[in-house]
Amino acid sequence: MEGTNDTLKRRIRILVAKPALDGHDRGVLVLAKAFRDAGMEVLYAGLLPTPEKVAKIAVDEDVDVVALSLHNSAHLSAFPEVKKWLKKLGASDIQVVGGGIIPPADRKRLEKLGITGNFGPGTPLEQVIEHVRKVAKKKWKMDQ
Amino acid sequence: MPQKNKGKWAYRQEIGNASAVERTNSSEFKLKDFYGPKDFKENYDSKLASPGEYPYTRGIHKDMYRGKLWTMRMFSGFGTPEDTNGRLKLLLSQGETGLSVAFDMPTLYGLDANSERAHGEVGKCGVNVSSLKDMEVIFKGIPLDRVSTSMTINAPANILTAMYAVVGEKGRVKKRDLAGTVQADILKEYIAQKEWLYPPEAHMRIIRDMMVYCTNSMPKWNYISISGYHIREAGASAVQELAFTLADGFEYVKLGIENGLDVDSFTPRLSFFFNSSINFFEEIAKFRAARRIWAREMKETYGAKNDRSMKLRFHSQTSGYSLTWQQPLNNIVRTTVEGMAAIMGGTQSLHTNSYDEAWALPSEQAVEVALRTQQILAYETGIPDVIDPLGGSYYIENLTDKMEEEAYKYFHTINGMGGVVKAIKNGYLQREIAATAYAQQRKVESGEAKIVGVNAFANKNEEPINVLKIDLKAERIQRKRLEELKAKRNSNRVQKSLEKLKEVYSGDENSMESIIEAVKNYATLEEITNVGREVFGGWKEPTIL
Repeated sequence: MEGTNDTLKRRIRILVAKPALDGHDRGVLVLAKAFRDAGMEVLYAGLLPTPEKVAKIAVDEDVDVVALSLHNSAHLSAFPEVKKWLKKLGASDIQVVGGGIIPPADRKRLEKLGITGNFGPGTPLEQVIEHVRKVAKKKWKMDQ
Repeated sequence: MPQKNKGKWAYRQEIGNASAVERTNSSEFKLKDFYGPKDFKENYDSKLASPGEYPYTRGIHKDMYRGKLWTMRMFSGFGTPEDTNGRLKLLLSQGETGLSVAFDMPTLYGLDANSERAHGEVGKCGVNVSSLKDMEVIFKGIPLDRVSTSMTINAPANILTAMYAVVGEKGRVKKRDLAGTVQADILKEYIAQKEWLYPPEAHMRIIRDMMVYCTNSMPKWNYISISGYHIREAGASAVQELAFTLADGFEYVKLGIENGLDVDSFTPRLSFFFNSSINFFEEIAKFRAARRIWAREMKETYGAKNDRSMKLRFHSQTSGYSLTWQQPLNNIVRTTVEGMAAIMGGTQSLHTNSYDEAWALPSEQAVEVALRTQQILAYETGIPDVIDPLGGSYYIENLTDKMEEEAYKYFHTINGMGGVVKAIKNGYLQREIAATAYAQQRKVESGEAKIVGVNAFANKNEEPINVLKIDLKAERIQRKRLEELKAKRNSNRVQKSLEKLKEVYSGDENSMESIIEAVKNYATLEEITNVGREVFGGWKEPTIL
């Protein structure tokens, strides 16, 4: 399986977070468990962190990827806000991946801002994991 | 995922050969090929009895839907108070018989439209209420003495109850005559939906205040709706939903009794809210078991003497989680099956989800189809003609017994920890749910659980459907309205009423009158919840992962 070699060399550190007023955490908890079972080091930002706080945790904990999930229609304001704060903190290399109830048109807007994935309901976990592995590799290349 | 490349025929074969495979339901009960007389220990009078008779397994009313159909209550609310007022009036004109209001995330978290954290969320998932002014607009022209209103609000339910009472008063409807429900079930917030303001003890005290106040002054107001819906949506199985919800219910009964209320004076006002999901027979068994357990516990453990205290009344909603983003029209069929389960399980009211649920807030067309689904079930199918039509089925009775048995195992575990609040604080309930959610997702990943359109019979491309779009206009309007209000109101009186509330919150006196006073003076939602934040502090949940 692709990624196994990388996992042996270096484990992916990933922060999962819901950066808005949204307590629907079924998806984020399932993903966190799936990332962990896929060999990643998983951090969970807890409930209701602000985008600023998410970015700060990401920097402090030196993660490779931030995975954001929202089910409350706030993705267009909250996801870019996390991205903005990462840039402010000099950590543009940290990859931001999104998911939740995201209409196709919004998906395009988020992609343009460098937020990738933007997976909708029913996406297989394996697809999300593969994507995270891909962007983590990208980050490692940037860091070299 | 091996099934990805298989054609439709391969699926047919796989499904056709599956009878030898072990079958389970969401509760992980192993199912037999068929059920017979040996699977059901019948004791008709003590376990079932006729509808309207203790222990109410077969229904709480003698005549059930012949006397009165279930209430078709469609949850709605979005954008500005004006938008929602329009939608509520439209639903009333189409034959809906009860109102149900959804609030946006800032309102649910007790924040005003102009709060920094509210940006991008005002009016998105429901209507925004920042002050009494907004409630006055939502209910403008709606006769509050003739409709009943259900409000899906939890942590700030005391404040919204106060606002409704004041709106009623201004329209010359007495508090005593106001009929409706606030959800206000804070225990399930800690367990599942995670929308709280203060620590559990503080919220339980606020619920006590509402319980005592409403019992005395608003006798038609259901000040709490004990909810399994969110527990289920968060990942619980049917039996976990049943057990955790009833455990919460008993916790509220104990709260009232401990605070000097006679058990029969307040428990008739307790009502429930369950999920009706896709496993048809399992859901029906769950509803039947819920009635039997509640009746028995109320009578034998809590000493209720009034029949009404023992009758479990419930609202149900079809499962949002069961609906798919892929092939959205299929959701109409799922919702129909789930709605049937709720009716055959004896629900008192029902919300059927719209087929575009996984895409966005429902469009008008989708809401109409959902309401029509209920009307077809009610008027064309004959299902409501006979009460508890599956009663006596070997399978259903076996499932009902098993539901009950397994629920008691959970009660035992929770009691062993010292009650629900303890089981929340140590993270047990949250972890149980997350574990079930993950196991379910694993089954979908492996193809063991099939979801049509998602991991079976999927189409390559999904055509986008027309959905309701909500822009930032609501946010601008709400912010402006709030600024105008703050400039116009008597800030001296606002200040005074907030100070009084702080004093009351710091002590043990009932806080409802002080909340009503603050609301009347147009103190905003956030100003009022800030008093609580100051006195009680916030809450951080235990580690779940």
